[in-house]
Amino acid sequence: MLKDITIGQHYPTGSVVHRLDPRTKIIGTFVFMAGLFTVKNFDAYLIVVTLLLVTVKASKVPVKYVLKGLKPLMVLIMVTFLINLFMTRGDAFFTLGPITMTWEGLRQGIFMALRLVFLIVGTSMLTLTTSPITLTDGIEHLLNPLKIIHVPAHELAMMMTIALRFIPTLLEETDKIMKAQMARGADFESGNLINRAQSLVPLLVPLFISSFRRADDLAMAMEARCYRGGENRTRMKALQWEKMDAAVLLLVFGYLGIMIWMRVR
Amino acid sequence: MNNSPMISIVDVSYEYTNVDDTDLIALNHVDLTIEKGEHLVIIGHNGSGKSTLAKQMNALLLPSSGVVEVAGMDTRDPALLWSVRQTAGMVFQNPDNQIVATIVEEDVAFGPENLGIEPTEIMNRVTAALERVDMAQYRHKAPHLLSGGQKQRIAIAGVIAMKPDCIIFDEPTAMLDPSGRKEVINAMKVLNREEGITVVHITHFMEEAVGAHRVAVMEDGKLVMVGTPREIFTRVDELKELGLDVPQMTELASVLRKEGIDIPADVLTVEEMVNHLCQLKLMD
Repeated sequence: MLKDITIGQHYPTGSVVHRLDPRTKIIGTFVFMAGLFTVKNFDAYLIVVTLLLVTVKASKVPVKYVLKGLKPLMVLIMVTFLINLFMTRGDAFFTLGPITMTWEGLRQGIFMALRLVFLIVGTSMLTLTTSPITLTDGIEHLLNPLKIIHVPAHELAMMMTIALRFIPTLLEETDKIMKAQMARGADFESGNLINRAQSLVPLLVPLFISSFRRADDLAMAMEARCYRGGENRTRMKALQWEKMDAAVLLLVFGYLGIMIWMRVR
Repeated sequence: MNNSPMISIVDVSYEYTNVDDTDLIALNHVDLTIEKGEHLVIIGHNGSGKSTLAKQMNALLLPSSGVVEVAGMDTRDPALLWSVRQTAGMVFQNPDNQIVATIVEEDVAFGPENLGIEPTEIMNRVTAALERVDMAQYRHKAPHLLSGGQKQRIAIAGVIAMKPDCIIFDEPTAMLDPSGRKEVINAMKVLNREEGITVVHITHFMEEAVGAHRVAVMEDGKLVMVGTPREIFTRVDELKELGLDVPQMTELASVLRKEGIDIPADVLTVEEMVNHLCQLKLMD
């Protein structure tokens, strides 16, 4: 049952967006977010929406699937909307006791809710179109210049890769331990919150012990295959900037320029 | 290449301190020479020191006394460490705990990447290695979706991609089902016969030792017998005393001989047994 959990929501379609260099997509996402936060008026949202629509269309990921990503964050979006609706001062159009709703609040609420929606859709496009391993690769390359100030870029990326590699293995193991403990009468499903938390102890202890054992084995296996950190290491698939990447970067920076211009005009 | 043997172990002892502060002698003055192209099987039960001996062969452990040389390179020399490990690759017991990457081909590339090889060359090596273990069609798969035998073959491909002269298999079949075991043993034999790679295979399945050139038996940190499978397995009673089994057919032959039936003691496989038994009938 635990095996069904998917980590990251990579949706491979092999589209242009998928084939972009991960660095382009990471930078693009950050620039997109920066642009989004400069927006003050609804009219600038038109550009944001257009950009998002073009990206989604080009990625060939079904719109429905993209919007599904909003579901778990619906509560957050609603709360943001309501707080803005009730807490903004201005022309009241509805009053009931201490509760007042203002036109300015309504506007602000919709504005902030939309910003959150765009933010989530924009960032989920990154994870939808990039496999975790390429994403890790991209992060490693982008962090590389920071090595001068002793940011362990390679080590961080290696840790992420290994974590990704072991998630399914550990989930499988959790499932196995859970069944083994249930066969001996452990109860993971009933009782109040504290009881349930306590019942997890016989699950977590063996899982921890086995993770350490695995880590030990893996370290040994990596050493046997001549691993000695990032120094002098080559990669089979070196990341390569293509013309498409330049075009996309030009596009997103153009978008940021327009956003800033609309803000200061 | 020089004329030194693939691996030479001379008077090697290895001791370590246990968690409860007792000194344990895992290897006790072991001498063993493994020639190039040889297929050597090391047997012994748990705690006999066979895994410790294996780890001495690619400098994962260093001898407390004595010398281990891999293709003439002393494993204690830090400057030679990486060429020792490139020359003598190792496949471990647990298939899950030796795969590093989330995609098969990336994992096979891990070793060559560590050696700093050119990307195009890595690509060629990965393709060749995957074909060698018959896993080419799984190239872009995630390792956790593969069977145990397939994962072990990926691990083997990961080692071959480093172009070693020798591969040490540390109980690679212990966690596999019979079909997975067969896959791994076949891959091992192909490498030894067709590529001339020296194979050191540590196991506790006696049947797997039958096809080897030589068998070494370990007990309590010492090497107690070394010889061809026929020489070793005919010593049925001695092996039993050590708590080890012999291949089924050898055992059968020994029982039959005790019953006064005249067949050789060094029968190893079913075919041989059939052969001898049929001849027996003709003579009657």
